[in-house]
Amino acid sequence: MSSRVQTNLQKVLAAGHFAVTAEVGPPQGPNPEPVRAKAAILKGLADAYNVTDNQTAVVRMSSIAAAKILLDEGLEPVMQMTCRDRNRIAMQSDLLGASALGLKNVLALSGDHQKASGAGKLNGHPGAKNVYDVDSIQLLGIIKGLRDEARQQGGDAITEPAPFFIGAAWTPLGPPVEFRVPRLAKKIAAGADFVQTQAVFDLKAFAAQVKKAHEAGLTEKVAILAGIIVPRSAGMLTYMNKNVPGIEVPEALIARMKGAKDAKAEGMKVTVELIQAVRELPGVKGVHLQAIEAEELLAEVIPAAGLTPRPLV
Amino acid sequence: MIVAEWKPLPELLAGLKGYKNLLLVGCATCVAECAAGGEREVNTLAPTLHMALKNQGQDINIITRTLERACEPEFVEELAEIAPQVDAIMSLSCGIGMQLIAERFLDKPLLPGVNTTSLAIREAPGLWTARCRACGDCVLGETFGLCPVARCAKSLMNGPCGGTRKNGRCEVDENTDCIWYLIVERAKARGELESLNQVRQPKTWSNSAHGGPKRIVREDLRS
Repeated sequence: MSSRVQTNLQKVLAAGHFAVTAEVGPPQGPNPEPVRAKAAILKGLADAYNVTDNQTAVVRMSSIAAAKILLDEGLEPVMQMTCRDRNRIAMQSDLLGASALGLKNVLALSGDHQKASGAGKLNGHPGAKNVYDVDSIQLLGIIKGLRDEARQQGGDAITEPAPFFIGAAWTPLGPPVEFRVPRLAKKIAAGADFVQTQAVFDLKAFAAQVKKAHEAGLTEKVAILAGIIVPRSAGMLTYMNKNVPGIEVPEALIARMKGAKDAKAEGMKVTVELIQAVRELPGVKGVHLQAIEAEELLAEVIPAAGLTPRPLV
Repeated sequence: MIVAEWKPLPELLAGLKGYKNLLLVGCATCVAECAAGGEREVNTLAPTLHMALKNQGQDINIITRTLERACEPEFVEELAEIAPQVDAIMSLSCGIGMQLIAERFLDKPLLPGVNTTSLAIREAPGLWTARCRACGDCVLGETFGLCPVARCAKSLMNGPCGGTRKNGRCEVDENTDCIWYLIVERAKARGELESLNQVRQPKTWSNSAHGGPKRIVREDLRS
């Protein structure tokens, strides 16, 4: 990890604290207030907050703008950047702009395909042309080049290094499972300082993959934050298990949620248990929490898991 | 082969409004192989257009021809005699052939009868799947003969994204294989999984469409 970058998230990890990140989805509109409202709910609960980049390929306020609004509210953002909508020229330009605005955590993703945008209730833009000039691993390398060499991908110098703390996503249980640890190694080699994983429900399978990464020495080189989605119902778990690639939900967990009298309370309990369980795994340095448009749940579950107050570093 | 697909009939009919004499041209090469624009398709489409237009009160005379190869000037020349008799030409050839026809008969409106969509193979009867995107920087030697540019929805170069389904299919289409899943399978079978661990740097796209309209010059063949 680069010592030049000093984001709060990096400092928390460097100090050996169990880190907490949470996710903030920007609104489908030009008004900053919904971002500020989420900020008010989430402030003080996490060390940094991911701002998604047109997730599910649906047009939303740009991650760069929403991240800046969070920053102004006193929350440290992790600006997500996908490879779907921008070529290497636009990406690097936006990265320099993000850095100028004080956005220092950036997370590189492939991005949801534009065909996904018409899959739900929205029209989306399934007829859009995607870019994929570079992939997420190549983007990591580009960000690292801006930071460590003060150089653009094409070789030209930039005026000074752009100090980023570089993040990536990891889907440990996605097929082909035997390539997921090597792919994590590629992300580290390309530049990742931290990774946030796809949501964990199958602890045994997740632990097995983390163990492999740990044994390969990868957990010394990268901070793994285990992804946790707060389950709200058995139906939600069944849906994710069936439809979201890389998410494995054990039948027993679905049955437990189904049998619960108060699904919301049970979901919170499950979340706390998951957090405590991943915390025990060697190599897991934190959690990345998502409540998907129900941020108020995080305000309950993060303290319930004993993760507040967040360390001041 | 170059694969083309029929345009919707309403679009074809709308384009034919006002014409009295049409030359409908097919091509006996790729578009015949993919059953979109060969002689058989020309012979099916001509009466279909005729009937549909008649129902709309438009009487059109359709002359049909199928060229051996619509992408070679000498074959396109075969239309020289018939072209003066029509007021428009509809082509079922690929976009290459269409442009050659348009260029040869500058005074005739050229109507595309098909959409050219892909460089594909016939995988099974009635099923064609893309294999190449003419990217200009072939990586098949490193990906075990499976193209991630044409066959990954995101043209990823360093392995599968998080969207591989449990059954090894792509998140974008449940009937399409995740090509990286297959690349990993082949690498494993070859005992060379580690060869995929190397980070592949950003590709150079400029030897293809992204370098501006392609112009290939072979000095040794220029007289």
